[in-house]
Amino acid sequence: MNIGKGFSAGLPANAWNWAAVWRRNGLAWRKVALASVLGSLAEPMIYLFGLGFGLGIMVGRVDGTSYIAFLTGGMVATSAMTSATSETIYAAFARMNAQRTWEAILHTQLTLGDIVLGELAWAATKAVLAGTAIMFVAAALGYAAWPSALYALPVVILTGFAFASLAMVVAALAPSYDYFVFYQTLVLTPMLFLCGAVFPVAQLPTAFQHVGHFLPLAHSIELIRPAMLGRPAGSVGLHISALCMYIILPFFLSTALLCRRLMR
Amino acid sequence: MSTVAIDFAGVMKSYGDKIAVDGLSFTVAPGECFGLLGPNGAGKSTITRMVLGMTTPDAGTITVLGVPVPARARLARERIGVVPQFDNLDLELTVRENLWVFGRYFSMSTREVEAVIPSLLEFACLESKADARVTELSGGMKRRLTLARALVNDPQLLVMDEPTTGLDPHARRLVWERLRSLLARGKTILLTTHFMEEAERLCDRLCVLEGGRKIAQGRPHALIDEQIGCQVIEIYGGNPHELRALIRPYAQRIEVSGETLFCYASDPEQVCVQLRGRAGLRLLQRPPNLEDVFLGLTGREIGK
Repeated sequence: MNIGKGFSAGLPANAWNWAAVWRRNGLAWRKVALASVLGSLAEPMIYLFGLGFGLGIMVGRVDGTSYIAFLTGGMVATSAMTSATSETIYAAFARMNAQRTWEAILHTQLTLGDIVLGELAWAATKAVLAGTAIMFVAAALGYAAWPSALYALPVVILTGFAFASLAMVVAALAPSYDYFVFYQTLVLTPMLFLCGAVFPVAQLPTAFQHVGHFLPLAHSIELIRPAMLGRPAGSVGLHISALCMYIILPFFLSTALLCRRLMR
Repeated sequence: MSTVAIDFAGVMKSYGDKIAVDGLSFTVAPGECFGLLGPNGAGKSTITRMVLGMTTPDAGTITVLGVPVPARARLARERIGVVPQFDNLDLELTVRENLWVFGRYFSMSTREVEAVIPSLLEFACLESKADARVTELSGGMKRRLTLARALVNDPQLLVMDEPTTGLDPHARRLVWERLRSLLARGKTILLTTHFMEEAERLCDRLCVLEGGRKIAQGRPHALIDEQIGCQVIEIYGGNPHELRALIRPYAQRIEVSGETLFCYASDPEQVCVQLRGRAGLRLLQRPPNLEDVFLGLTGREIGK
């Protein structure tokens, strides 16, 4: 009964409290904005051009388009995934643990749920910054259809929220930073290959293709890639619902786990 | 406005086998400074967390500012300012931004926050540091900023967990002076401390804790009179056990702590006469203080 009571007091108090946490993170980020944007842009760009040009020569055309154009959608989704994840498991985890920022916030009228929601919204914002940066570069170089690529934007937002929400569960369970490597190498990296980020899933054995259908990155790529290529996307409702599930369920799970961890 | 600021009734809390708070009851009246005094591990921090609704008691009821806690702790926290034991200022932000962000956490509009920031900076004597990063501040400045930050929502109640631990004497005095000015403005303060001088100077009433239990409660001077009620002579040097036998007939109570002998006597002259002429002894006669009360209650020897 105590746990139930603690959990309900830990839920978001209202629809706007989270914004104070989001603004705090924005204020701190503004001081390092340039370095942060360049840093989060560098890795996916290197992959995009490295794989795109290097492998592209050998691969030729994929799904009726150049390999680099095929890869662009995958890289937008992947960079949204990695930036939302690292913002949550490194930066938000530091604010929860070492920096005691969350402790200070919990002394105000905000609840744990407000903080979690604010952190997820912030991580999704970082995902949008990273995702759209690649989108613009790719569009400027002619690898993405414009303005159809803009349809990818809401999906990038959902992708950011979904991976932030999943990462929050990991952060809620992890005793220290050392455990995050497992999540990145054993969950996120395989997802990259199972969800068709760098090659079409049709290349995979059937069993792996089935696994891929359940993963959030697959639903994200199924929507982002057609938008970037200027093609119609199929099963839009299904993919969006799947992403929403990956946002909502881990949100409640992580809030419950964090209540147990922090409100002892 | 309720007639009590904080009401604890039969509150219990344990972590596994360890009992942190054991059937504790106390009330804090509006406008008073109530001190929780106890050694490390006495349950002070657990109590402050329970006041804020961050720890759910296993049994008992807690009411803070008329609101049941933890069930509706958020409503209570709207009118509470907190000074935690360890600084949790936002190190990525400046002094001014720390205050601004905290006001936003209390749902204040930008205009409302900006209206109170100058007076908070003045209160903390940090006007010249307004745009400095928190990492550039000294320990005393950080504590004063934490104190100013706790006032951003104009709280009725301040909860302070060891607010001067780790400060040098000068910085500590400055914080005490600020706390007295808050009491003069009618704020209620719940203060935990293990500094006797702090408790004696600031607190209207005290609750002495040990092992999560209340072992004494009252006004500081009443506690001193009740528990000690006579002069204290501290005796340094010599063999404490030999000296103890010598002065026993003239003392109400004698305690040995390391090399020092504490002698409680209503007629200290008698004791001094006995010791006169002994080489290598140093005597200090003084009125009793809260430390004597505390050590008398909890034991002078470590682990006793």
